[in-house]
Amino acid sequence: MAYSTKVIDHYNNPRNVGSLDAKDETVGTGLVGAPECGDVMKLQIRVNEETGVIEDAKFKTFGCGSAIASSSLATEMLKGKTIEEAEKIKNTELVQELNLPPVKIHCSVLAEDAIKAAIEDFKKKQTAKREKAQEALANA
Amino acid sequence: MALDKTSLDLSRPIYMDNNATTPMDPRVLEAMMPYFTEKFGNAASRNHAYGWEAEEAVEKAREQVAKAIGADAKEIIFTSGATESDNIAIKGAVEMYAEKGNHIITLLTEHKAVLDTCRRLEREGKATVTYLAPKQDGIVDLEQLEAAITDKTIMVAIMMANNEIGVIQPMAQIGEICRKHGVLFFTDAVQAVGKVPVDVNAMKIDVLAISGHKIYGPKGVGALYVRRKNPRVKLAGVIDGGGQERGMRSGTLNVPGIVGLGKALEIAIEELPSEMKRLTYLRNKLKDGIMSQLEECYINGSMESRLPGNLNISYAYVEGEGLLMGLKGLAVSSGSACTSASLEPSHVLKALGVGDELAHSSIRYGLGRFTTEEEVDYAIQITVEAVNRLREMSPLYEMAKAGIDLKTVQWNHH
Repeated sequence: MAYSTKVIDHYNNPRNVGSLDAKDETVGTGLVGAPECGDVMKLQIRVNEETGVIEDAKFKTFGCGSAIASSSLATEMLKGKTIEEAEKIKNTELVQELNLPPVKIHCSVLAEDAIKAAIEDFKKKQTAKREKAQEALANA
Repeated sequence: MALDKTSLDLSRPIYMDNNATTPMDPRVLEAMMPYFTEKFGNAASRNHAYGWEAEEAVEKAREQVAKAIGADAKEIIFTSGATESDNIAIKGAVEMYAEKGNHIITLLTEHKAVLDTCRRLEREGKATVTYLAPKQDGIVDLEQLEAAITDKTIMVAIMMANNEIGVIQPMAQIGEICRKHGVLFFTDAVQAVGKVPVDVNAMKIDVLAISGHKIYGPKGVGALYVRRKNPRVKLAGVIDGGGQERGMRSGTLNVPGIVGLGKALEIAIEELPSEMKRLTYLRNKLKDGIMSQLEECYINGSMESRLPGNLNISYAYVEGEGLLMGLKGLAVSSGSACTSASLEPSHVLKALGVGDELAHSSIRYGLGRFTTEEEVDYAIQITVEAVNRLREMSPLYEMAKAGIDLKTVQWNHH
């Protein structure tokens, strides 16, 4: 299969590879896919609690070149966006930007799932944090 | 590892996929050339010199092919390739031996040309087929094989050497079992003939398929060995027409291709002992070079009973197609097919009981006649680099390093 130059670029020079501390309350982690399906993506965001802006994003991906490129591009798009803006990112944007062929569209879907999962994780932590604070307040 | 890259031609990938196809040996091309132009006759033309010289060339090639497998020239028919040979062998036997029975035994690790032919016969209600799972090392369980034979069994179809993992089956023992029960033994020996010794009598093979392009010969030509005595095997033809090749394969003979196939086998047999030694050395160097530098690599298939030039390794935590992209300087193949149409990894690795995640991580290296030691050194170097780079990028590697058992993780399947 011939890859687009953009996929090759992200594969050779992946942006934002790495990990953030998953236990940090300002970090949201999304882990999607399954090894037996041939792709697993871990996507993490660090959110400024005051502004709701994503200040950092990291990924690690087990998968083909298109899966790596999709997650790499996703981290680039996430940085600087607010949570609300990030929630609106659609897989079709990744498909267009990376010129993915039809057989690789599932890679972009997985990246969208990873974004959603990371945001959900962050929101869950924030809710838990608020509840804990309220509990502490009530007990005080 | 210091490597002098200047002496390697890196303008295109180094070819290391000789189980898929092989480049044609220049000596083969040279032998074929006259039969495209001045010696263009139809081997079936009995009344002039053009036909006679074509026929003579075909008969010489028949001798060369027969000699390569210890057969008689009369037992060789020429086809368009191994897929056709496989089809004639199985469909031809099912039609010819319908009175005796309709049961075929084969292996789950066979080539698609055998498996899909069997599936069609099942669909059409012409045969019942038993698909045996091999042992974990890829070798057939002989007791299971013998137990699967019924009074309706007409044929056992087991390939001599596997195209993905290079595993060589215990041919003489399979042949013995088949002979004992009066069942035909058919083998797709495409990967084996010309690479390791083959003898149809010692191995009690009744029908055997050969391909030209796997042995440094041309594409579009193959052969089928059909035993003529003890027992005399008869196969119904699949293609109807002029009744060439003892009625088993109608159609004007591909004279240049046949000449090429004969020449290719002559060379392969002549060079077989030294080539086996050389390729075994190179293959082991490749294996040791990679495995001494990378942890968690798993060899697929038996290392003891294997083609000299074949190596199939799974690299844990790295996906095969992604790895192939990192090995772009190397023409190899992967058992992973990561497309929405087919998320299924290799059926061969699955049949061995290799987990899906490791099947997705497999790379097949096929060394051949033109592979050099320098190329092997290069392959070691770029494999190690690419696997290390992708593992640094792999969430699975990170989790495993953190002591998480990946089997206990709740994955969301999509």
